This record gives sequence, structure tokens and C-alpha cells, in this order.
Amino acid sequence: MTFMAKPNIMHPELPRNSRGMTRRDYEGASSTLCAGCGHDSITAAIVEACWANALEPQNVVKLSGIGCSSKTTAYFVSGGHGFNSVHGRMPSIATGANAANPDLTYIGVSGDGDTLSIGLGQFCHAIRRNLDMVYVIENNGVYGLTKGQFSASADVGSKAKRGETNKQPPIDPVQLAITLGASFVARSFSGDKAQLVPLLQAAMHHRGFALIDVISPCVTFNDHDGSTRSYAYAREHYEEVVHADFVPPAPQIAVAYGEGETQSVTMHDGSRILLRKIEPAYDATDRAVALETIQQRLKQGEYLTGLLYIGSGQPEFHALNGTSEVPLNRLAYAKLNPGPRALATTLAKFR
Amino acid sequence: MPTSKAQDRVNDFVIKIATVNGTGSASANGLLMKAIFRSGVPVVGKNYFPSNIQGLPTWYEIRVTRDAHRARAGQVDIMVALNAETYARDLQEVASGGYLIYDSTWPRPALLKRDDISVLEVPLARLCNEHFDGVRTRILMKNICYAGVLAALCNLDLDVIHTLLAQTYANKPQLADANMKAIQIGYDHARASFGCPLPLRIEKMNATDGQIIIDGNTAAALGCVYAGATIGAWYPITPSTSLMDAYKGFCERLRIDPETGRRNYFMIQAEDELASIGMVIGAGWNGARAFTATSGPGLSLMQEFLGLAYYAEVPAVVFDVQRVGPSTGMPTRTQQADIRAAAYASHGDTRQVCLYPANPEECFEFAAKAFDLAERLQTPVLVLSDLDIGMNDWMCPEFKWDPGYQPDRGKLLDAEQLQHMERFWRYYDHDNDGIAQRSLPGMHPRAAYFARGSGHTQYGGYTEDSKEYQVVVDRLRKKWITAAHLVPKAVIEQDEGTDVAIVSLGSCDGAVREARTRLAAQGIRTNYLRVRGFPFDDEVEKFLQAHRINFVVEQNRDAQLRSLLITETGVDKTRLRSILHYDGMPIPASYVFKGVASVITPERPAAQLVS
Repeated sequence: MTFMAKPNIMHPELPRNSRGMTRRDYEGASSTLCAGCGHDSITAAIVEACWANALEPQNVVKLSGIGCSSKTTAYFVSGGHGFNSVHGRMPSIATGANAANPDLTYIGVSGDGDTLSIGLGQFCHAIRRNLDMVYVIENNGVYGLTKGQFSASADVGSKAKRGETNKQPPIDPVQLAITLGASFVARSFSGDKAQLVPLLQAAMHHRGFALIDVISPCVTFNDHDGSTRSYAYAREHYEEVVHADFVPPAPQIAVAYGEGETQSVTMHDGSRILLRKIEPAYDATDRAVALETIQQRLKQGEYLTGLLYIGSGQPEFHALNGTSEVPLNRLAYAKLNPGPRALATTLAKFR
Repeated sequence: MPTSKAQDRVNDFVIKIATVNGTGSASANGLLMKAIFRSGVPVVGKNYFPSNIQGLPTWYEIRVTRDAHRARAGQVDIMVALNAETYARDLQEVASGGYLIYDSTWPRPALLKRDDISVLEVPLARLCNEHFDGVRTRILMKNICYAGVLAALCNLDLDVIHTLLAQTYANKPQLADANMKAIQIGYDHARASFGCPLPLRIEKMNATDGQIIIDGNTAAALGCVYAGATIGAWYPITPSTSLMDAYKGFCERLRIDPETGRRNYFMIQAEDELASIGMVIGAGWNGARAFTATSGPGLSLMQEFLGLAYYAEVPAVVFDVQRVGPSTGMPTRTQQADIRAAAYASHGDTRQVCLYPANPEECFEFAAKAFDLAERLQTPVLVLSDLDIGMNDWMCPEFKWDPGYQPDRGKLLDAEQLQHMERFWRYYDHDNDGIAQRSLPGMHPRAAYFARGSGHTQYGGYTEDSKEYQVVVDRLRKKWITAAHLVPKAVIEQDEGTDVAIVSLGSCDGAVREARTRLAAQGIRTNYLRVRGFPFDDEVEKFLQAHRINFVVEQNRDAQLRSLLITETGVDKTRLRSILHYDGMPIPASYVFKGVASVITPERPAAQLVS
């Protein structure tokens, strides 16, 4: 939330990536979100990951639906192409765009309302198709732009700012995605850049659907007693166990946590969520183990984070179709036009 | 046997076949129609089928029309009644002097009796049981056998039928033989039992040269292939599904890369229509020619996305094969009841370019045109076909394709052009036609812009500023005026001698044309305008103003075309009189004739009706 234009002048010694570009080259317009919003930290992580991956900005496609989270695609990689579509329908836009040209990096940013309520169907089907994209959910459990209604990810018993208690069970995008056969499923926290950036980098490298559910506190509508994400609640349910970091398959991912380290994340409003690193016994390549462990920990009010499941061998969207190597949007008309003779042959069957 | 008006019914009568859905009668009906067509005699085929897989009543109507009319006649001369459930109503439908054929294996002399028609008893089931084994085979053969009966009664050439069967079952010659055997059985029985041929009979003509028989959905699909469409996303819905099936069939033959074996197309079966139109818009935004096919309920679901594509200016092509509404309505019956919903699809000040093909040849032509318009105007184009055009077999001139055709990509910049530009502004009107320049993702560092459905400036930035917002929507209005000159022009048939006109669109065309001929024979002259695109250009208003009475013929209850004409032109609405047909059956010529002739007579011209 700044009303100052970003300066054009850069420090001459800003670090440059292999493309010779600085982090500033991957920034976007100034954010209009609340000061301290978790989403802005995710935006910063995306900027960092795009820079670290040395993406060519023009080849970045930023897609979103509606909501606070969906606004953020304007706040990174201004040299990329953005499409801020309609509420909950970003996956279909991504599907069509990717069908036309898979040679770009598709980054979708959505929220818990956009993905888990209005957009649940499209989210599921994008996973089924194993669409090659990074899908980031900026998950705060609350509708911000409409001032504090519960989202479908709100916990049972969680109290809204205006006093109402949520009685419906939450939809967990991570469990859902694993169940649906997603090949890259991660959870992270907006305040944990050291974890999130390598996850984003790996997701961009992943061929197929890569989900990163990012717990991203809403500073304005989740700062009260009775929220299951409040500081007091989290403290009460805190339970220390042994954790382990996931060692990523991609060389870009740097391990930022030491073994056995526990992180209790304090959210902006003072509430906390227990973010637990993955245990040594955890097998991120085993869907059943992943699901079982995630569920067990959730019962205890704990969120496992990191790259929770990574599958291999699932063919992605275009492999399933057997599409031409040349993107469809670049095929010359001469390749597409069967010509007058083929028309005559075709129509002969209708005589 | 009645023989009145015998000679003038040669090549001019209607056969209707009443059967049970799922019993194989479709192939016999298609065979009959094709055999008549191959005898050089023009035909019209209408399939009245239930929303059902097996068991409900279904009818097929073949109009033999030496004058090459393209509508239903509005009467039935020969009824082949093979569904006991519908005997009573089928009997009632036969015109005086006509014939009813039924399966007399189970005689119903009391029920099937009318003094003014001839009832021909043919023991179809018994004949087939004597010659074929197996329950399913016997049912199927019974439904081929009647084609043989009709061939004998109507003087159809068995050689023509034989050739057709051989071509149809080229890969399964034993099936061709079995079918031919059943036909021969029916044929021989009829020849032995009745005075063949009937006065209602076929005599060979040369009136089908250069013609094909095709349905509008197949034609539209072929148009998509030729237009260079590469992405089709859809959710199955009657009566549009066959369009996507046909596209798939054509692509499998014509769009597999011969060197790599890979597909130069992508068909995506979506989870619903919200997703299918989203995929089309995503693909269109990314520069591929993309389309979807749907019907009323799907169009309703697509409204929000169509507004986005209008406002964010993304090309998209939607085929709406209209069926009976409201709501689920009657999925296998025809109507033109999405005219209003399509024209203003979505909330806010949204308006959509629409095309109204009247027949399969226009489905083919407009399919290609739709992609050009969508890219030229950077907006959705909705092609409003209907079940009658889309799923029925129409005789039409063989399609031609201009070998010099190149897709009109509109103001799509290439990397070279972008390289020489100082800045690229996505929503800025450079040359005052309301159309801005467009770029594609990944094209060039300067090509980047942000497409959004929220308020934006002409430079592509987000805005909540009143003036900046208005600059863009006012330009869209200007683009709309440009669009009026680019959509297919209305077909106008006009002379000075009358102040009565018929105005119509789409599949009413055949009925209107035939009715005009009949009206003229009675001394009632009419001019004719058929709109083919929306927005309307000035010619439409000029035409309406030039006539005291414009009969607006359309197939919906609420006079949707008429209300569009009132809203979008300055014409006084008292000049527009509705003739509305909305029972779900294709509008017959007689309906239009009566609609006009009940108001206008040579003795009571329009001038006396309207001051």
C-alpha cells in the first residue's frame, strides 16, 4: 500500500542473474493491498524466484481470478503478460492459453475463496488435466475485499471478526490436490521466504500442475480472539516434535532449515500457525503416506509445510493430447488449411 | 385408391416415418432420403427425435420437392406407422387422399381406419421373421424392410439403393447384403400386394447436380477447420455436440501432421460451459483460433465470461445451436429463442456480435467469417444456428473454398512492428475505428500488457477514474458501429410494387421463401429482408421504414427479433407485426403463408390496415 511511484533509478551494483537482469526487472506495479499483507510477501517471493530462475519476462504469463490475491499478478514481472479474469475461473483461462502455447511459464495466483469456493470445480479439473502451470493459493481463510466473511478454508470453530463462528469443515487444497492426482503439491507460509522461494523455483521447473498453498495472514480481518489462527489459539495447541526439511530434487532449491528446527509462525495480527517441517520418515513421493501424515497433523491443529508430494511420470496436458511441437498459435495457416482438393474429397461423401 | 391431383404430385409429396428410438430406423430413413436425392430429385429431411437413448417415439419426415423448397410443407402424404404407441396421432396427421402403411403382423383394422385415406397393410415383422434369425437382427431388418416397401410404392430405383448400401457398408459387405435382402423382401411384397407405383412417386430429375446433403453442425465444423481454428473446447449438450464430433472427425483426417503424427489441433472436453468458454477465451487471448459449441443452457452459463471477453477484447467464437427453452426446455426440438440472450450476453453495457446462418452452406461460410470477425473486432462472435439447421440433413450447393483465403488477424502486431514502436498501448484507438492494436504473450518484450475485466484505461492500466473508464467504453461503442459494417449484410429482395414486407432470420428462410411464392400466386406481393448479422447496419432500418407492414417471422414466443429491431433501429413498432412459431417443430411454409394471408389480401392491402 504505497502511494509513491517506484523510482526508476537502480543501484548500479544490484546483483544480476544469468540473463543480466536485476530483481527490479521482475517487479511490477505498486501493491494496493493493506500494509503488512501476507500476499505482498508472496509477491516478493515470486519476484525473487523469477529472478533466480532467470526467466525471460516476456515469456511469463500471470493469471488470476478475483480477490485480493488475484490483484497481485499486477505487482510482479511487469514485462510479462497478465490476465486478471473472472472469479474462480482462472484455471480455464490458463488451460486455453496453455493449449495455444505451452512454451511459456504460466503462473496462476488465486485465493482460498477464488479456488476453494467459486472456483473449486475448475481447480480440480486443471489438476486432472495436469496442466503445466504454477498454481499459488494465497490462503488466509477469509474474504478480504468483501470485509471478513469466512472462506471455505476456515477451520471449524474459528470466529469471524464480527463474532460469527464457523461450523463447516474446511476444504484443504493440499489434500484435495493429492487425492486428485496432482504431481507437485506444496504448502508454505508467506513469512517464510527461505522456504517459499525454492518451492516456487522448483514449481516453475516442474512439468505439470504444481500447487503451492501458501498460508498468508489477513492483517485486517483475522486479528481477533476466537480465530483458530490467532496467536493465543496457536500457542495453546503447540506441540513440539522432530522435523526434517525436504531435500528438493531441483538444484535451485536451497535448504534453509537445519534438521530438527521448528517454526512457530506469528502472523501479522498476532495469531500463530504452527508450521511444521517434514519428518525424516516422511516420503514425499508416496501419496498415501503424504495424505495420512497431513491428516494426522491437521487433527492436531498443525500444518505440515514444504514440498509435501511430488509424483513423477504423469503425462502433462499436451503429452496427453499429442499436440504438435510447434505451439498451435504459431502454426502457419498453410499447415492448418487442408485446401480445396481435400474439401472436394470430403464433400464427395455427402453426395 | 384416391388418385385426385395425381399427376401434379410426382416428386412433390411428404413421407413421414414413425418408429421407436434406438431401433435402427435412422439408417433406413437416411438411405431413403439419399436414394431420392441421387435420383436427381430435391429433398428436405427432418428428424423429430426424443431426448432419450432407446424406447421413445421418433419420426423422420422426408419432403420430396421438385421445386427445391427448403422448409417443411406442413402436411404428410404417406405415413409409415411403425410405432403402435403413436398410431392414433400418426393416423390423424395424414392429409386427405394420403396413405398410411403399418405393420399388419398385428392387424389393427379398427384403430387404423379413415375413409379419406388408404391404409396399406404390410406384415413387416412376419416377413423379416421368415427370412432372418436373431431378435436384434429381425428388429433392425424390419426397419430396413419398409424402405423396400416405399421404394416399390414410390418408384425408387433399386440400383440406386444398392449402390448406396455398397458405399455405406464398404467395409462390411455382409451388412450391405443383409440390408439389400430386407429391402428386396419389402419391395417384392409391395409390388405383389399393391398397385405400384402410387401417384405420389419419384420420377428421375437432374435437379441435384452440384448439391450435397449435409447438416449444419457438420458444415460449421468443416468451416472451423478451413478457418484455421486449432482449439475447440466444449461441454456436451444437445443439439450442438455433433458439431464438435464432426470437428474431431475432420481433424483426425485433415489435421494430423504427416511427418510427426502429432495433432495440429487440441480438443478439450471441459467440465462445464463456464470452463469451455474460459478455455476459448484463454486460447483466443494467446492467439489461437478457438471456439466452442453449445446451446441455450450453456449460453446462459457463459454469460459472465462473454462479458469479460467483450470488455477485455478477446476474440472468441461460440456456436449456439439453439433448442427449445426456457430452462432445459425440450432439448431435441428447435427454436430461435436465444436471440436476445446472445445479443446482450452478460451484465453491464455488453453487446455481442451475432451471425444468423440460415442453412448449412451459411454455417460453413459464417464459421470461417466468425473467426475473421472475432479477430478483426477482438470480441466474441456468436453464431446462432438452431437444431433444425444443425442436426437435420439439408440439400445445399457444394461448398467452395477460396484458395486465396488468408485469415484476417485484424490489428495483431508482429514482433517486427513492435520493434519499431516507441510504446505499445493495448487499448488505444490509433485510427478512430474503435479497434486497438493487439499483441500476444511471448512475442516481444514490448508486447506485454495486462488484460482484465476490471476498469481499465486506454493504456491498459487499472482504473477507477470516471473519465478514464469512459474513454474505453466509448471506444467500444465506436467499435460496435464499425462492426455493423463488417458483419454479413442482410439479404434483401425488394421491388417497388409493394409496401408489405417479411423480415426474418436463420432457419425461417426456406418457409418464408416458399410462402412468398404462394402469396405472389394469390396476388399478394411481398418484399423480403433476412438479417444475417448483429449489429444491424443502416440498410435494415431503411428497409423497415420503407414498408407499411413488416411481418417479422421468427421461431420464439416473445418476438425476440422484433424487439431487437425496435431497440436497435428507429422504426415505429406498429410497422412490425409478428408471425411467431414456437412449438418446437421447424416452421412450415404454410404457417408463414397463413400468417400473412390472414391479414393481407389483394382486396385489403396494407394501406388500408395502417394509416
